[in-house]
Amino acid sequence: MLELAWLIPIFPLIAYTLIIFLTKKSKSISVAVALAGIVASLVISIGVLVETIQKGITMAEPFEVAVKWLRLSAIDKYTGLNIDMGILIDPLSAVMMFVVTSIATLVIIYSVGYMHGDPGFSRYFAYMSLFAFSMLLLVIANNFFEMFFGWELVGLCSYLLIGFWFEKPSAAKAANKAFITNRWGDFGFMLGIILLYINFGTFNFGEISRIIGDGASGVGAAILTLISLLIFAGPMAKSAQFPLHVWLPDAMEGPTPVSSILHAATMVAAGVYLLARGFVLFNESTETLLFIAYIGGITAFIAASFALVQRDIKRILAYSTLSQLGYMVMVIGVGSITAGMFHLTTHAFFKCMLFLGAGSVIHAVHTQDIFEMGGLSKKMPITTWTFIIGALALAGIFPLSGFWSKDEILLATHQAGFTGLYWLATLVAGMTAFYMFRLIFIAFFGEKRTDHHAHESSPWMTVPLIILAFFAVFSGWGLVKMGYGSMVFFGHPHHGEINLGIALISTVFALGGIVLAWLIYYRKIVDTDLMKQRFRPIYNLLWNKLYIDEIYEWLFDKVMLGVAWLCNQCDRKVVDGIADGLGDTVRHTGGWMRFMQTGSLQNYALVIFGAIVIIVLLMATPVLGGVIR
Amino acid sequence: MASALLAIIILAPIAGALTILFIPEKEDVIIKSTAAFFTFISLAASVAAYFMYDVAKGGMQLVLEIPWVNEFGIKFSLGVDGISLPLILLTSIVIFTGVFASWDMQHRIKEFFIFLLVLVSGVFGVFASRDLFFFYLFFEVAVIPMYILIGVWGSTRKEYAAMKLTLYLLVGSAFVLIGAIAMFLYGADPVKGLGYRTFDIASLAQVQFDPAFQKFAFFLMMIGFGFLVPMWPLHTWSPDGHVAAPTAVSMLHAGVLMKLGGYGLIRVGLACFPEGAHYWAPLIATLCCVNATYGAFVAMVQKDLKFVIGYSSVSHMGYVLLGISAMNAVGIDGAVAQMFAHGIMTALFFAIVGNIYNKAHTRMIAEFGGLAHQMPRVAYSFLIAGLASLGLPGLYNFVAEFAIFMGAIQVYPVRAFISVFAIVITAIYVLRVMMRVFFGPRNPRWDDLKDARGVEIVPFIILSGTLILFGVFPDLLMNMIDNGVVPLAEKLATFKMGGIF
Repeated sequence: MLELAWLIPIFPLIAYTLIIFLTKKSKSISVAVALAGIVASLVISIGVLVETIQKGITMAEPFEVAVKWLRLSAIDKYTGLNIDMGILIDPLSAVMMFVVTSIATLVIIYSVGYMHGDPGFSRYFAYMSLFAFSMLLLVIANNFFEMFFGWELVGLCSYLLIGFWFEKPSAAKAANKAFITNRWGDFGFMLGIILLYINFGTFNFGEISRIIGDGASGVGAAILTLISLLIFAGPMAKSAQFPLHVWLPDAMEGPTPVSSILHAATMVAAGVYLLARGFVLFNESTETLLFIAYIGGITAFIAASFALVQRDIKRILAYSTLSQLGYMVMVIGVGSITAGMFHLTTHAFFKCMLFLGAGSVIHAVHTQDIFEMGGLSKKMPITTWTFIIGALALAGIFPLSGFWSKDEILLATHQAGFTGLYWLATLVAGMTAFYMFRLIFIAFFGEKRTDHHAHESSPWMTVPLIILAFFAVFSGWGLVKMGYGSMVFFGHPHHGEINLGIALISTVFALGGIVLAWLIYYRKIVDTDLMKQRFRPIYNLLWNKLYIDEIYEWLFDKVMLGVAWLCNQCDRKVVDGIADGLGDTVRHTGGWMRFMQTGSLQNYALVIFGAIVIIVLLMATPVLGGVIR
Repeated sequence: MASALLAIIILAPIAGALTILFIPEKEDVIIKSTAAFFTFISLAASVAAYFMYDVAKGGMQLVLEIPWVNEFGIKFSLGVDGISLPLILLTSIVIFTGVFASWDMQHRIKEFFIFLLVLVSGVFGVFASRDLFFFYLFFEVAVIPMYILIGVWGSTRKEYAAMKLTLYLLVGSAFVLIGAIAMFLYGADPVKGLGYRTFDIASLAQVQFDPAFQKFAFFLMMIGFGFLVPMWPLHTWSPDGHVAAPTAVSMLHAGVLMKLGGYGLIRVGLACFPEGAHYWAPLIATLCCVNATYGAFVAMVQKDLKFVIGYSSVSHMGYVLLGISAMNAVGIDGAVAQMFAHGIMTALFFAIVGNIYNKAHTRMIAEFGGLAHQMPRVAYSFLIAGLASLGLPGLYNFVAEFAIFMGAIQVYPVRAFISVFAIVITAIYVLRVMMRVFFGPRNPRWDDLKDARGVEIVPFIILSGTLILFGVFPDLLMNMIDNGVVPLAEKLATFKMGGIF
């Protein structure tokens, strides 16, 4: 199977090409092509994962194949360019590919039901296939350049899919915002890998870790910090870390299955995956690690606090994704890629499910405002129960998957000595439980708040939900049993025992959050409107997301467009003005000189005569060397 | 056969122009088909040349040499290497697609195609000439028809733009002419030079020009070719020219004519005056990072679609100069690749805008919106061009820009950093245009616009296909370019001199 691993990204690419060029006209064939492509990838991914475990392929001894892609010569002291395209199979990529292909498969199946009747049906499945290809290319890459390649294509696909309903101005705007925000990150990422290549002479992950391991790189600590910080700009944008997080909540404008795959497996996961993949580099700089850890912690907290007050079901989930990504980034920053990737995996399943569940709800009630729903549990039992399972997993309740991975994170943070971040993360766990169950009690229980005619969705949509619920329940425990800690690690395998104290504290916080939500939104022991009034300033601040969007908009309108306006004026008035001025000068000089070319013979005769007189006089003047004495 | 190939490429358009001369004005389909046929001959011959060029052997190949004026050592000598062959390929692709992009021309098409074909033959000649005299001669052949083409068939202040463009280019070429004559005289000097009169560029490049002369001569070349590239602040002819020119001329103009500057700078400037180049390179690096960022900023606030693309060219050609100023193999590789990539990309842009303008009779961004509903193919093509412009991997522009940055950052870290920042601004202006023109609700005003179909999509397919092909398999072209650049880079590494700053 390992020899076939290169086909994993290729199948969805073929599907994309076929749909765009051949089968676009027929909806059913397009779906079949997209499904066939992703299922083929899924089958090979499973085979690769199984073989990786059986053959005992480790992080230190991966399976790697590469072909030449570009060779430019190095002359003198300047480096050339030596780029390969290759595949790298180790437990990290094998697990990740399984996550991506399985989630993509389920989302595509779900989309058949969700996108039914949409005029852009075939186009949608083409983009989804391209999305899967890009992400898989990024995952399977054996060097930074190839990863950047996939990384950018992932960005393109997110642009296309967020702006899928391009007739909606809000969707077009959100797509732009996503791409441009990511562009800021890519700017850093690209500079980072260029500097990396100049200093290490290679993009290859294995070679870089070998060079660093030998301690013979000769690269200064400051340069390493610079490189790693620049590269971290990429994940900051792609995994939506503060302050580049603004695009992710707006990305809701796309169809819901798109949000689901974007939040779970293909887009935001890329940043965390890069951190894990390139960890050897980040590990070399304590400053960078510290920066990463705190950025993650801040994101986790801020996003969770935004989620407390939102009314839009997808926005609540979006901020929860931000918050969970903050967790992953933070824990990688404190030094445990095991915990980060573990949480990425479990989170992918339950967050994907939550979004698909939200999609199912929106499909049924045609609104995204949770205060317009209510009482859905009786009408949509499957959706409701899978959603509750997802929420429990997200809140980290034993024995669901989220419990295991969140516990790993808290444990790793605690063990690394970041006590402040540890307590912050525990607090966030409580907040998470609270806002999720706020959503559930408002949307699924209680009385109907508006006159909606909810009904359970079609099997195309519920079956993926049930499969994902299975993963949401068991993937955490299953991966612990499989020995995830001794598969995906950096340096030494991490054998995390469950620390009873930490598990207990986090569970207390999570249950506390749930109970509080139950008391407030189900039993209604306090008047929420009154609370809103009393804490108006804080509420406003959170509701408006600290006004970060407004600040960026102001910066763009005033600074960027201001500079652009200034440049334009300068170009038209100064640069062009000088050029035109020169031209005018020539023309005016010409116009002024024209008086000599009158065309009248008498004038010319007069000039000739005058000239002769002057010449004769000159010749006659002794002072000027005249000859006439 | 092999030696005649380049002559065929150059002369096929001339033959086409002569043939069209004998076709009656009203037979417009025959005129267009004739133009398409003869440019196709050039295209086919260029592709053949691409396959016949032996990369393993390198150097000048497909050589043809006919003595012309013996006293002055002027020879009609043709040949291509890894630097010029990709540009010939570029020219033939752009002119072939340009003919299709002007398929719906109505006004005086006979003269239009005659001038267009003469123009392109001049461009081919510049790239294929190994003789400085013919290099210059062909360049003038390319400039003069441009004046007429813009002045007669243009739009938006066409007389002003045509005059401005021609004057700028002529002033630039005057600088080059002085430099060329100085080189010729120095080369003919029996003591310091070769001792015989020649315009052969390769022979002149072997002369060890003394440093003071190199500083002077490279300065002339830098300004002269800088007008063409265009280097800031000598650039204002180009947006005006692009906007005024008819579609095919814009394509050729932005796609190919600007590349004559970069090509001349490499072929004559760097190859003959390595030390002078080292001396002036820091100045070029500074000006080009103004090009890249400033051009992109200006593009952001333009209201006319063609102005956006015009300024984007200013910005992207800044990258070419950045690669050249790095003076190492990777940087110059990138610069040559960027000339090719930008040529194709910008031709695609102009073909698209021309298509829209022909149907909608306006290019004002504010008047559009939701055009993707009526013209999905055009929207897709614009998206591909836009993505190429912002440097998305998978399109050839990315490879070129990556190589340029890799080369430049080793020499001018800060200036390269500022130039790389332009990729963010580029993304902003490209996506804003995309959003305002093509996205949004359906606008009934444009409901009668027809999507591109039939011959109209030929340029879209060929140009975007080229970008994707070389973007996915860059070695197909980069190998050849690298092969042509390596001897030059070695020479630059041998002869050095401190920079101006």
